Amino acid sequence: MEIPEKEFLAPGHRACAGCGATIGVRLALKMLGENTVAISATGCLEVITTPYPETSWEIPWMHVAFENAAAVASGVESALKSQGKTDTTVVVFGGDGGTADIGLQALSGAMERGHNLIYICYDNEAYMNTGIQRSGSTPYGASTTTSPHGKESFGEDRPKKNMPMIMAAHGIPYIATASISYPEDFMKKVKKASEIEGPAYIHLQQPCTTGWGYSPEKTIELGRLAVETGSWILYEIEEGEFKVTYRPLQRRAVKEYLNAQKRFKHLTELEKDRIQSHVDAVCIELKV
Amino acid sequence: MVLKVMSANQAIAEAVKLANPNVIPVYPITPQTTISEYLAKFVADGDISAEYIRVESEHSAISAALGASGTGVRVFTATSSQGLALMHEIIFAAAGLRAPIVMADANRALSAPLSIWNDQQDSISERDSGWMQVYAENGQEALDSILIAYRVSEDHSVLLPSMVCIDGFILTHTVDPVDVPGKGDVDKFLPPYKPDHAYLDPKRPMSIGTFTDPNYYMEARHDMELALVGAKDVIAKANAEFAEIFGRTYDFIEKYRSDDADTIIVAMGSICSTIKDVVDEHRDNGEKVGLVRVRVFRPFPTKEIYEAIKGASNIGVLDKNISFSVGGVLHNEINAKMDVKANGFIVGLGGRDIKPTHISEIIEKTKNTTKTTQWIGLNKEEL
Repeated sequence: MEIPEKEFLAPGHRACAGCGATIGVRLALKMLGENTVAISATGCLEVITTPYPETSWEIPWMHVAFENAAAVASGVESALKSQGKTDTTVVVFGGDGGTADIGLQALSGAMERGHNLIYICYDNEAYMNTGIQRSGSTPYGASTTTSPHGKESFGEDRPKKNMPMIMAAHGIPYIATASISYPEDFMKKVKKASEIEGPAYIHLQQPCTTGWGYSPEKTIELGRLAVETGSWILYEIEEGEFKVTYRPLQRRAVKEYLNAQKRFKHLTELEKDRIQSHVDAVCIELKV
Repeated sequence: MVLKVMSANQAIAEAVKLANPNVIPVYPITPQTTISEYLAKFVADGDISAEYIRVESEHSAISAALGASGTGVRVFTATSSQGLALMHEIIFAAAGLRAPIVMADANRALSAPLSIWNDQQDSISERDSGWMQVYAENGQEALDSILIAYRVSEDHSVLLPSMVCIDGFILTHTVDPVDVPGKGDVDKFLPPYKPDHAYLDPKRPMSIGTFTDPNYYMEARHDMELALVGAKDVIAKANAEFAEIFGRTYDFIEKYRSDDADTIIVAMGSICSTIKDVVDEHRDNGEKVGLVRVRVFRPFPTKEIYEAIKGASNIGVLDKNISFSVGGVLHNEINAKMDVKANGFIVGLGGRDIKPTHISEIIEKTKNTTKTTQWIGLNKEEL
């Protein structure tokens, strides 16, 4: 796969070393090109890329608030349409909190109305911008600052909200999951999303060095471990057709993934086994 | 001139049709709903070519309006009460991002207790947002105020959003004769909006709505203050030009038999029509009573109000809102900004009827200056 050299997210932003979110945005924008307008929800990405008077965005970009990125994008898309600028791509970047929690209503509305836009959820599985608080996208067993493990708690006690399937229930033409550690798979999906008429949703898992608790040089490795262990499955749903886009040759033990991160360090063998069984069940169902 | 009989909501929809915005995101709420319905019908019939977005909430209505405005086009939305309160966060963002959005607010009480009826608590509670606010007295003024609002908001020295406020049910659902101006005249008064700085254009990428540290935030807010204060000159010029083209004259305030008055009532919105009748009755009895109607509430016309009321010995200010433990907002702002001792009266909350006898009671009560805010029209058994 030919990866365009041109960058649309300039270096010098304030992201942590090893940030997965900015890798995801860089890859996505390479595929979307310069005739693109980006909308951000409030969150890490917005804060680190636009410390006024600087900006990393080489394409037009707008941020209004936390929960309304999809609604803002609805307005942008409609306004571009009203001016005949239908060749301009509208892309939204929202974190997991801005997507699965506070922004879910606005996102649901925008998807159901059929706006021609791409929504990319960069999922680092907690509220990282405010200091690692639990979101609806936080996985079972993870210790966060609002779901800490302790004498009476093993951390987050609810499974991760299944956002892509919530989007699938909207009957939109394209839904995909992706990982920054599988750039070609992700970029192909971005391309496909941009070519499809109507709303597209991509749920991008991106490891977070501070929130997950691992050394910054291991970001890509962590993303791979998630997929190779079956903890994160890469698939797409095109016009209702479900397809797994990557199958590990041999699934590795979930423990390898859990043990590499501080947020799961406290888990007992029993809890780790419980997570393994859950992953097994999903993988068997999806033939991964 | 052809007069048509219509509600203020229809008059506003007619104004929006004439202003021809590119994008209209709206969400229904009583008593704003018929504005949304008229506009939907205009779009369905091909009378206007706007993109009409059936958003899933008022929060998304104003968010979509702001996104659309960010691309540099004219937009319109409308709301009321709970809807405006839900918009609150983005109301501030719209002003801060200097988006010339025009919105109609059908003034309605805020819950709780839940009420669909009129007072002005909803829009008054947004007074610190940086939006301009106009309170119309009738359907004609509602229509005209929308056109003037676009003209002022889109002025490059202003670039702040405008709220045109009409009293719920009293104006939104009662009919008046309204002159709907011709498209040619409106185009002369209101040319297409052409943004000249920050808008979303791939040929000239800019970032809108960035993260700002303490070195810059205060300047941005100060710029808003300068723009809102400076908007007074732009409003005056727009009013003058409007009068020239359409023959109807508007000012920051309307003075009704107040020039030589000893007693002046100050109020906003539709109640002023009742007050004018009561003023006439008192004048017939030889009492020098007058009315000063505040039309433009933001930017606050301190000088204009002061010049109009300073000669009176008794001043009564009516508020259809309450800042609890302080009193009515208009009353407090007048006393704070001017060298006068006005009495404050809370009236008409949640649609409580304001009768001519209440106005006479207020006129009588202004004779004794007091700092205590007086509530008029409470049920006797509650007192």
